Amino acid sequence: MTLLDLVLFLPLIGFLALLLVPKDNPQASRMGALIISLGIFVASLGLLAPYWFASPSGLQFATNASWIDYPPIRYHVAVDGLSLWLVLLSTLLTPICVLVSWKHIDHRVKEFFAFLILLEFGLIGVFVALDLFLFFTFWEISLVPMYFLIGIWGHERRIYAAVKFFLYTMVGSMMMLTAIIYLYNKSGTFDYLEILGQIQTGRLTFDPHTQLLLFLAFFLAFAIKVPIFPLHTWLPDAHVEAPTAGSIMLASVMLKMGTYGLVRYCLPLFPDAARASAPWVVGLAICGILYGALVALVQPNMKKLVAYSSVSHLGFVVLGIFSFTQQGLDGAVYQMLNHGVSTGALFMLVGFMYERRHSLEIAAYGGVATPAPKLAIVFLITTLASIGLPTLNNFIGEYLVLQGAAQSNFTWVIFAALGVILSACYMLWLYQRAFYGKASESVTHHMTDLGGREWAAILPLLILMVWMGTFTQTFLPSISAQNARILEQTQPIKAERIVQAAPPGGVSVPVLAAEAQRAR
Amino acid sequence: MLDNFLPTSSEYIRILPEIILTLVGVLIMFLEAVIKDENKKGIFAPLTIAGLVAALIGSLMANGESGPAFQNMLIVDGFATFFRVLVIGVGLLAVLSSIDYLRREDSPGGEFYALILFSLVGQSIMASANELIMIFIGLEISSIASYILAGYLRDDARNNESALKYFLLGSFATAFLLYGVAWIYGATGFTNLTEIRRALLTGSEPAALAGVAAALIFVGFAFKISAVPFQSWAPDVYQGAPAPVSAFLSVGPKAAAFAVLLRVFMTAFGTISSSWVPLVWGVALATMTVGNFAAILQSNIKRLLGYSSIAHAGYVLVAVTANSGNGSAAAMFYLAAYAFTNIGAFAVVAYVSSKGEKYVRVDDFAGLAQRQPGMAAMLSIFLFSLIGVPLTGGFFGKFYIFKAALDAHLVWLTLLGLLNSAVAAYYYLRVLVVMYFKEPGEAAENIPPAGAALQIAVYGSALGILVLGVFPSWLLSFAKMAGLP
Repeated sequence: MTLLDLVLFLPLIGFLALLLVPKDNPQASRMGALIISLGIFVASLGLLAPYWFASPSGLQFATNASWIDYPPIRYHVAVDGLSLWLVLLSTLLTPICVLVSWKHIDHRVKEFFAFLILLEFGLIGVFVALDLFLFFTFWEISLVPMYFLIGIWGHERRIYAAVKFFLYTMVGSMMMLTAIIYLYNKSGTFDYLEILGQIQTGRLTFDPHTQLLLFLAFFLAFAIKVPIFPLHTWLPDAHVEAPTAGSIMLASVMLKMGTYGLVRYCLPLFPDAARASAPWVVGLAICGILYGALVALVQPNMKKLVAYSSVSHLGFVVLGIFSFTQQGLDGAVYQMLNHGVSTGALFMLVGFMYERRHSLEIAAYGGVATPAPKLAIVFLITTLASIGLPTLNNFIGEYLVLQGAAQSNFTWVIFAALGVILSACYMLWLYQRAFYGKASESVTHHMTDLGGREWAAILPLLILMVWMGTFTQTFLPSISAQNARILEQTQPIKAERIVQAAPPGGVSVPVLAAEAQRAR
Repeated sequence: MLDNFLPTSSEYIRILPEIILTLVGVLIMFLEAVIKDENKKGIFAPLTIAGLVAALIGSLMANGESGPAFQNMLIVDGFATFFRVLVIGVGLLAVLSSIDYLRREDSPGGEFYALILFSLVGQSIMASANELIMIFIGLEISSIASYILAGYLRDDARNNESALKYFLLGSFATAFLLYGVAWIYGATGFTNLTEIRRALLTGSEPAALAGVAAALIFVGFAFKISAVPFQSWAPDVYQGAPAPVSAFLSVGPKAAAFAVLLRVFMTAFGTISSSWVPLVWGVALATMTVGNFAAILQSNIKRLLGYSSIAHAGYVLVAVTANSGNGSAAAMFYLAAYAFTNIGAFAVVAYVSSKGEKYVRVDDFAGLAQRQPGMAAMLSIFLFSLIGVPLTGGFFGKFYIFKAALDAHLVWLTLLGLLNSAVAAYYYLRVLVVMYFKEPGEAAENIPPAGAALQIAVYGSALGILVLGVFPSWLLSFAKMAGLP
């Protein structure tokens, strides 16, 4: 029993505990959820201990125990430089979401907070699982609470959005499940590290065609979740209809499940197929960057605007991942966290505005800076972070991604950089229309300034925006160390290693030929 | 000389569950006739439950004495025990979920329980039959009791329609089966499964004859498991029959039919698998697809579950197509998980439907989560198990089935099957949508608290699903050990 097991299972215990709270006492549910989620966050800070003074590249807090005997499915969890920060992001945002929903959620309060904590369980599990089957289990579990969060507490078209969200993800999951079972039948294990070891030593090889199919099966599941253009259509619906806390968790953490899966599974397991399809994937990523930005530009609805900006931002992450360079990967992972912080903050602020004015239309606002100057300042900082102003977090991530992409292919950078410019356009234009100008009577009447609870929710994110933008040493070394490992696992030079490691008859000739060609 | 034909005592133990079920059934019929009406209240259900528990223990005792019985007519092995325990367990849950229902519909009669018991006798015989004639007898005992059960509320027009349809199509199917038996007898001179296998192995008979016989027998079973293109009776019957009976029919006779299907095709026709595997492949795919796509269009929840049961029969057929030890173990696991799931789901439907089954539209479940959160949560577990969300028995069932299929290199069938289950998610989610996302309607507002027996059935089924979903290995290893090679 390690600290990680505790951090993973506390949410499940918390979920069951919240179910026992009497239904007619909503305040007890709120307090309970806040205490539980803060407790989990504090516990999860302990995971930083090994990373604080050094950046070990290996796995920390590993537990590897048998769960199901046949087929051998293991409870194998651990954190490394990649998953650590995503776990912390989940545990940080859950109490923030509890605060955000404090007043906003006024019916079926107990169930709401119970589902929120259950969601945290699924999310942490996805990031720490090292057994493919366990990973799939958490992947699916995280779907269920989000489905209810959108469906019960969402806006008018919530049912459509919830069902669409569930079905989209389900289709991808089924592809991935097929591939997982196929991998098991070939390798005899679900343990990710063992499968990886077999691939690295050449004991497990696929012909290029099979590898491509397996890659695509995993890729599709992750691409839907990210979402990569043109599989993104569920996202604006889900975001617009979800309650604020749902949007925050969805954008900040759930989308990262997809990019995390790409980095963790798609690249190391199927390096050749991943490299071979990189130009196509990058093409889609750039389409996403530009398309997301252009659509965001013309959105009259604030939440939809932020949702499409997510499509654009996540395009950068995918671009970084498939640049196959150290900087690109570092930037991509850093950008995952940045997006979690700044887009989470944007959704939160839009939620605050909705609570006051009960409208998401930009046209319903204007001149908000006059009655609510503090809200305006906070929104401005978040906007600037989102468009990548230096000294704020997104700048670092986008810069690294672009640098990495430039090493691979400079043309990509030209198009991607357009996305950065466009992001400044749509965000600043939004800010101008909503906050400047003359405040109408109803805006003055409704738009009160930030309250204490709201400050408590937004302040940690503001601090992080500055911290992550100025003091990258806290985060990047551990991320880089892990990315270097992943990059090494995807090296095509492996072909020669296989030749040396395995008897010549053991490896199929076409694979070697293809790999040798690519290595040159 | 005569001693050779007299059964030994261990042979009696091997049919202990059938003996117990028959005796209790007859006893109930007898008591029904001699006890005055005012004294009848509440004695039949406990008696039935006691009989079923005794039969469960009897099955386990029979397993201790495993071996053939009555000149190889029956065989008691792990496979037979698995299905005996399964169908008797199904009977137990069905009885628990019917007690309140029968009281509500003002027809608490002993014969309901007696019919369930007789039907179980037939299914139990099917589970252990090693002889086509015994299979036929078991099937008939089970079916005739089921026909009557489907029309149990005889003043209800839908009940009558359901029973008549079930009877006509069912007897049609039995005729096919008998015809197939006649063919194989003509071709090989045997009706015993092991003997048929041996005869086909030596290969002196024309393969075409055996192939025709296998096809005819398959048609007979396909009716019983509601496989496409013989599925059309299922939704009508499940819609018309009383809800607890639908629960029973959609699981018990089906599991028994799958037991004989697996045994006949993997034992007797195991040697000519190349001629029937492609057929089953096609039927499996068609069954999944038709079941799922038709279910999308349903507005009546009993019909929806009827079509869903067709789709699930398709998944089990995928396991049959794999034609391997893993496949049969996966089918057994799946049927067990499905039994809990479907009985539970129908029990909640029976509970919500209220007197005269007024509320059986999907929309009638609106707001159930706000009025009866416990029942709604349990139905959600059943639906998630039907969808195949991890940590439910239904998920592991699907997982094992498709794993067995991939082992047998059925890549396309696996992929199409899994995509089918994504389609299925849509209509199961619809029920969740109305339950959780809609405001309470007429049905939810007027719902009385659930009775104790129903709660045991529902919570017990949900517990079973979660246990199978979190710790599946014990059942699977038993199924693998007991499964056909």
